[in-house]
Amino acid sequence: MPDLGPVLLSLQLAAVTTLILFLLALPLAWWLAQTRSRLKPLVEALTALPLVLPPTVIGFYLLIALNPEAPIGGFWISLTGETLTFSFAGLVIGSILYSLPFMVQPMQSAFEAVGRGPLEAAAMLRASPLDTFFNVVLPQSVRGLVTGGVLTFAHTIGEFGVVLMIGGNIPDRTRVVSIAVFEHVENQRYEDAHLLAAGLVVFALVTLICVYAINRSWRVRTG
Amino acid sequence: MSGPAEPLSVRLGLIRRAFCLRVDEAIPLAGITAVFGPSGSGKTTLLRAIAGLERPDEGKIALGSTVWFDSAAKTDMKPYRRGAGYMFQGARLFEHLDVRGNLAFAEKRSQGENDVIRFDDVVEATGLSALLDRSIDGLSGGERQRVALARTLLARPRLLLLDEPLTGLDRTSRREILPYLRDVPARFGLPALYVSHDIEEVSALADRVLVLSDGDVVAHGEIGDVIASLDLAPLMADGHTGSVIEARVTGHDAARGVTRLRLGEHALSLPLDTRLSNGQPVRLFVNASDVALATVRPEGISIRNILPARVSAIIAGDGATPVDVLVEADAATIRARITRAAAEDLGLVEGQAVFALVKTMSFAD
Repeated sequence: MPDLGPVLLSLQLAAVTTLILFLLALPLAWWLAQTRSRLKPLVEALTALPLVLPPTVIGFYLLIALNPEAPIGGFWISLTGETLTFSFAGLVIGSILYSLPFMVQPMQSAFEAVGRGPLEAAAMLRASPLDTFFNVVLPQSVRGLVTGGVLTFAHTIGEFGVVLMIGGNIPDRTRVVSIAVFEHVENQRYEDAHLLAAGLVVFALVTLICVYAINRSWRVRTG
Repeated sequence: MSGPAEPLSVRLGLIRRAFCLRVDEAIPLAGITAVFGPSGSGKTTLLRAIAGLERPDEGKIALGSTVWFDSAAKTDMKPYRRGAGYMFQGARLFEHLDVRGNLAFAEKRSQGENDVIRFDDVVEATGLSALLDRSIDGLSGGERQRVALARTLLARPRLLLLDEPLTGLDRTSRREILPYLRDVPARFGLPALYVSHDIEEVSALADRVLVLSDGDVVAHGEIGDVIASLDLAPLMADGHTGSVIEARVTGHDAARGVTRLRLGEHALSLPLDTRLSNGQPVRLFVNASDVALATVRPEGISIRNILPARVSAIIAGDGATPVDVLVEADAATIRARITRAAAEDLGLVEGQAVFALVKTMSFAD
């Protein structure tokens, strides 16, 4: 029986990250889709930064920001008594930053695709902007929301560099699947590595097939 | 039901790039007022400014005593609080809801407003009973606009703003939806502003008309007066001008293919149109180029509609431009457009008795 700890930890990390990032990305993506502010390109670039930066760079800066001597890390210790570095909470923060574009970009495209038409129509039917957002915009953006969620979940499962930099390799706390594969290979335990690696390949493939299938059936239904 | 109660007063200036809209009018809120003009004259911008979807640079918009916009007092009521019902050109139905869902969206948010407007009555008046559970995808253009009309009514607005609801529809759909647009607002006692660039549509639907040209109001009043007194040619895409007459349907003669009408004491006939019911008053648009004048009643002629009339005005431009002659036949003013040569040969003068020969008349559809 292989050790399931890393698998469970990866799933837990991905689930928590997806949930929190979903809530954070909603207002950000909506702002980006609606704004005419001159700051928009800057915010868009910042959001897309994790796509192009090496994970080690993100991990390095996070390590600096989250360590117990730094304001954020110190505040967290005074709050919880635990460090942010080399902890599950630290991994969640790292994953949120690292997966940000995977959640925000599909959402933003979906919101932009809704357009002004339905917003004005809703206003003329006495719906307030908040009412319109929840009852017109979100239902018409379901595809983008599901795509963003699934991609974020899968991308978080697949991350390695950021996790290694800020989490290290502590069993049941920060040792996720990708780290476990790395460790098995280092120790030349290829059988264990095979099991986890093949599992990840199958998982990734099934996830992506789901994304494409969902997108396709929706497209057909909405004509 | 709708008395000439509180007017909609609109005074605004709105500049967008090279375009400038200037309006200062009190629009009586009873029946249907058409906002007429060529494309680019500012009709839709005016409607959007009234609805709050476009912010004027300065001015004041008030429905009765309720101020919707006032640049001096820095008042700008949010569109969703104004209680204006806007029917868009492209219907703009919510694709994620079915027909019933679209209607319920409006109904749910207008509880406690005008309770004369009831869900079942609106569904019945717009002929949607059989379509309630259909998805928006499968609806024809005409059906979509009927759903849009019902949805707008169910928002229980104080005022209907109809933005070219027939544009983009094929002839069959236009015929299908026109009677609803004509009858439904009155049935629920709602005043309406109706934007259109089609004079036949305007003649068939509206009681009053406000004419816009290049962002300026060039006329505003009862539809017959405005159309008779105004040279519409510059305002119409095809350069036509004409007049509107009101007649009453007196019967159909299916065997001979005509529908008979009465204008004052005179009988008229139209190509058979069985959609018109007996006794119904209709407005007909008469193209000025389709009217000929004669000083004696012609005999042996195929034109059926020959009306004794009296010349009330002769409007001549300069040089080779055609002459417009306004003639009074009973209560109607008819505009005839004839060549300068014809006018001179007939020796027309004001007050002269003539016969107006109307080749064709159209009932807007």
